[in-house]
Amino acid sequence: MENSTETTNKERIITRLDDTIFQGKVSETDGVDSNLSQKYRMTAKNVNVYYSETHAIKNVSLSIRENEVLSIIGPSGCGKSTFLRCLNRINDIVVGCRITGEIMLDGVDINSGELDVVELRARVGMVFQKPNPFPKSIYDNIAYGPRLHSMVNSREETDEVVYSCLRQVGLLSEVEDRINKSGTELSGGQQQRLCIARTLAVKPDVILMDEPCSALDPIATAKIEDLIDELRTEYSIVIVTHSMQQAARVSQRTAYFNLGDLIEVGDTGEVFTNPKHKLTEDYITGRFG
Amino acid sequence: MTGWTLVLLVLALSSVFYFLAKRRSLRVATTVGGIHKLHSAPRYYGLVAALLFAVPAMLVLGVWLSIDQNIVLKIVLTEYFPELNWESQVDVNWLTSQIQILAQTGRLENIENSEVLNAAADRYQYLTSLSETLRNASVLALGAIVSFIFILFISARLKARPIAETLIQCLLIFSSLIAIFTTIGIVLSVLFEAISFFRIIPFTEFMFGLEWSPQIAIREDQVGSSGLFGSIPLFTGTLLIAAVAMTVAVPVGLLSAIYLAEYASPNVRSFAKPALEILAGVPTVVYGFFAALVVAPYLSDFGAYFGLDIAHESALAAGVVMGIMIIPFVSSLSDDVITALPQSIREASLACGATKSETIKKVVFPAALPGIVGALLLAISRAIGETMIVLMAAGLAAKLTANPLESVTTVTVQIVTLLVGDQEFDNPKTLAAFALGLTLFVATLVLNMTALYIVRKYSEQYD
Amino acid sequence: MTSRIEVTSSGSHWDTAAFKRRLRRRRAAEKRFKWYGIGAVLLGIFFVLMLFFSIAINGVGAFWQTQIQLDIYFDPTEISEANLYSANYGKLVKQAMYSQFPEVTKRKEKRQLSRMVSVGSDVMLQNLVTADPSIVGTTRSLWFPIDDSFDMLYKNDFGRNSNKGGAGLISKNQLGWFDTLVEQGKIESRFNKRYFTAGDSREPELAGLRGALMGSFFTILVTLAISFPVGVAAACYLEEFAPRNKFTDFIEININNLAAVPSVVFGLLGLAVFINFFGLPRSVPLVGGLVLSLMTIPTIIIAGRAALRAVPPSIREGALALGASKTQTVIQEVVPLAMPGMLTGTIIGIAQALGETAPLLMIGMVAFIVDVPGGPLDPSTVLPVQIFLWADSPERAFLEKTSGAILILLAFLIAMNIVAVIMRRRFERRW
Repeated sequence: MENSTETTNKERIITRLDDTIFQGKVSETDGVDSNLSQKYRMTAKNVNVYYSETHAIKNVSLSIRENEVLSIIGPSGCGKSTFLRCLNRINDIVVGCRITGEIMLDGVDINSGELDVVELRARVGMVFQKPNPFPKSIYDNIAYGPRLHSMVNSREETDEVVYSCLRQVGLLSEVEDRINKSGTELSGGQQQRLCIARTLAVKPDVILMDEPCSALDPIATAKIEDLIDELRTEYSIVIVTHSMQQAARVSQRTAYFNLGDLIEVGDTGEVFTNPKHKLTEDYITGRFG
Repeated sequence: MTGWTLVLLVLALSSVFYFLAKRRSLRVATTVGGIHKLHSAPRYYGLVAALLFAVPAMLVLGVWLSIDQNIVLKIVLTEYFPELNWESQVDVNWLTSQIQILAQTGRLENIENSEVLNAAADRYQYLTSLSETLRNASVLALGAIVSFIFILFISARLKARPIAETLIQCLLIFSSLIAIFTTIGIVLSVLFEAISFFRIIPFTEFMFGLEWSPQIAIREDQVGSSGLFGSIPLFTGTLLIAAVAMTVAVPVGLLSAIYLAEYASPNVRSFAKPALEILAGVPTVVYGFFAALVVAPYLSDFGAYFGLDIAHESALAAGVVMGIMIIPFVSSLSDDVITALPQSIREASLACGATKSETIKKVVFPAALPGIVGALLLAISRAIGETMIVLMAAGLAAKLTANPLESVTTVTVQIVTLLVGDQEFDNPKTLAAFALGLTLFVATLVLNMTALYIVRKYSEQYD
Repeated sequence: MTSRIEVTSSGSHWDTAAFKRRLRRRRAAEKRFKWYGIGAVLLGIFFVLMLFFSIAINGVGAFWQTQIQLDIYFDPTEISEANLYSANYGKLVKQAMYSQFPEVTKRKEKRQLSRMVSVGSDVMLQNLVTADPSIVGTTRSLWFPIDDSFDMLYKNDFGRNSNKGGAGLISKNQLGWFDTLVEQGKIESRFNKRYFTAGDSREPELAGLRGALMGSFFTILVTLAISFPVGVAAACYLEEFAPRNKFTDFIEININNLAAVPSVVFGLLGLAVFINFFGLPRSVPLVGGLVLSLMTIPTIIIAGRAALRAVPPSIREGALALGASKTQTVIQEVVPLAMPGMLTGTIIGIAQALGETAPLLMIGMVAFIVDVPGGPLDPSTVLPVQIFLWADSPERAFLEKTSGAILILLAFLIAMNIVAVIMRRRFERRW
């Protein structure tokens, strides 16, 4: 893509966008502040993140609606992963990381003592850039969360959760015969779907995905993208991606970050075809990054 | 001239040969039209000449030093004491020492100078000085001849640099072979004596006998003086102390490793980790002192207070102090294993809603388990091979018991006590030490190899 | 984005009282586990402190010695040119002692009185006279070490209560005289110079560390002279030249394994090979050094290889590209850069060797040796073995001497380790 001229590049994206719109993936009701009936799952208000001296996120306000896929794009180092990692406070374990502002999950500030971080992380699941299954069996990988939270109390219940999650991510037929083998023995794409299944097993409200396909080949990527689309009916999904094509394919809304600033957020179709901001336009047309 | 002056002389002379060869190469260079016409830089000619002088000289010196005493003694003894029984180590050693003392000081204390001894001493002195002269001459001559021939052959086309490099490589290879020589030396030295031990005491009796009292064998006139060499009480004693040590070291070492790797802030870590590692640098004799003179009396008093009879040389005191010694060993090896785990699996667990301790117990610890097991095996090997603590704080009498409040003895204690003092290499008491050494070596070897294998296999997993 | 419509959680699981209860339990478990960790670390540090304090408290006394001031008349009738070395110097000391207490006349009491001064006092006088015969005929006021039981009495009142510990060692009479002397200011605690200048002795007040220190010095010298060149050479070969094959793997396994072989087994090796096979003398630093170098070489090789591995390949490539041969590159470019790391490893290995005891016991360095060794072929002992020997002595006063020796040994080790740490810090990140 990088080698193509600007115009062909833009054309290509637009063609793809048209395809996705025709497939009905972008909801008509979508739009900034346009429809109040849309429920917000999470809202971030004036969030700032500092790593020691670096100001990584600058006054960002962004909402995540129910049953939508929100993609966050931007050049590397723009803070998109950092923002994502604030949403389930996984950034807490980074030494020297400081957050100000307000992030609400269903009306409760996640950084106040009101919501235990354990509950927060159970309700806001996360899938990481590199597939990171535990060095345990496939079964135990998925059963890990439910067992932790005592969501299952018998072998039968555990079986049910494990198999339904495997089925949901389309992995069941592939691994049925080796469900007690180590999760690390699967292929990269299978591992990533296992990680998604592991997240689903805790029955989260929101799923955060941090470049989930960057370590995968195109076929595995396609499978994950289809999966994301299916999951949208049950969950809110935030996906960070460096691939604009992916953002266009899977998300309803897109946010563009640059150097820690939220530059623009809106309907995916709108952002890609008619960006309001010069920086966004430069980025999606390939003039930058 | 003593061996030391000879070594210094060899070094001095090899630098002389360095300059001789270098000068000759420079002279050759002027005849062919400059230094750049030489195959190698002049210093390489010098280096080869110096090496060719020093290496053969040192080799001859080493061989000579290691055998001349034995040869001289053999000559003297066969000449003057033809009726000497060579089988009897005691007689040979006694005669040898008498002759040597006589030769060095000219007189013997408490013993009248016999004519034969005096003559033998004179002969010994003469042969020793003859051997020394011959040694000095041959060492210097051989080096000089080899080096001189090389200097004669110096020409513009002589490839001095490759020769020098080959010689250096040979030295390097020889150095790395020392590790193998050491292992072979250990195996042979314990194996031979152990075999002669098993000729006297059957292997099965040693391995499965329940009583150990080697001291009986001292009096040779005693009927049935073979002593009792059943090593089971020694092994149980060793294992008992090692078990006590591991009960102290494993929880403390492992938990502190986990705390330092997972919880502690960088500041705490950078202070506490070296503080714990101080324990690893303390010599074992210090721990022995600590165990015998600080911990053991305290434990004894403490036990008496509760009506417990804790022996002054209890397995508990030795074991606890040994455990303290092993703490840094367990903690730093486990720390390496735990920190080697990728951060991503911790994040995965936290993202599932696990607390930190749940992450550690359910993900980090199981994943690190193979490495930790390897570390623990190394620690056990360390514990059963430890000598000074048990020598100073544990008992001497072998007792078959599992009670840590009683006094037990260990394999290493017996090895040392059997060998300190006069040794007679035809006595099962002395040889038993080597048989014990063999079992100790084999046991630690198996533990170390297993541990290294596990650790290596484990570290490959997360590369 | 200002308006917010709240939705209830889809998974009602989180709102249940059962979940909240479990969460509290999990939080408590978390806190508990963290405290276990803190407890373990604190316990470890407590052990370090206890070890050091118990030894330091016992050991500082060793550097001080209780001495008695006596006016010695170098009686010309006792000492003459002919008997400078055989005169009855002990008599001079005794007479000086008797003159302190003229009222003591009974033979038994006189003997008790004379026993309060160290038995080594006569040798001190002999040394004074032989060094300067002109003092014969004069009276000098001199300080003598007091017998060890009185040293203990003065330092920590040990043995005053006669039914405790040192029963029978100090009689009522002696106690009285002693207190009188203390009142007169004739008894004083002074710096124990002898502790550093004398060899070993059966008498605690005369025993010094010089022999052990020199023995350790020669032993470590031999160890260093052998293990450093061999270790560095082996590390260079294995890391830079050796092909990767079964044989070099075998060498590597050997090295790793040797690093974990119990030290007492090395003692067996030294006894069987160096003493029995090669016929080297027992109890000498040369053999001790040989055995310790075999133990140190693996440490140096392992550290040396790590240091060589840390030298970036670009330096080798740079030198090779300029036409240097492989050997030149390694010796002239790589080894100098790796040298700090190698030296650090060597210091750590040598520090270990300095504290090593068990293998030296087996090659006879455990003998009681009074003379200070003058070279690597003189019979001697080493510092840790001296500690072992003294720790075994029944006299109470040796406890303090032992702890003092440990303090000196630890001081050396700490100094060496600090040097190693500083070197590592200074040279660690050069690229």
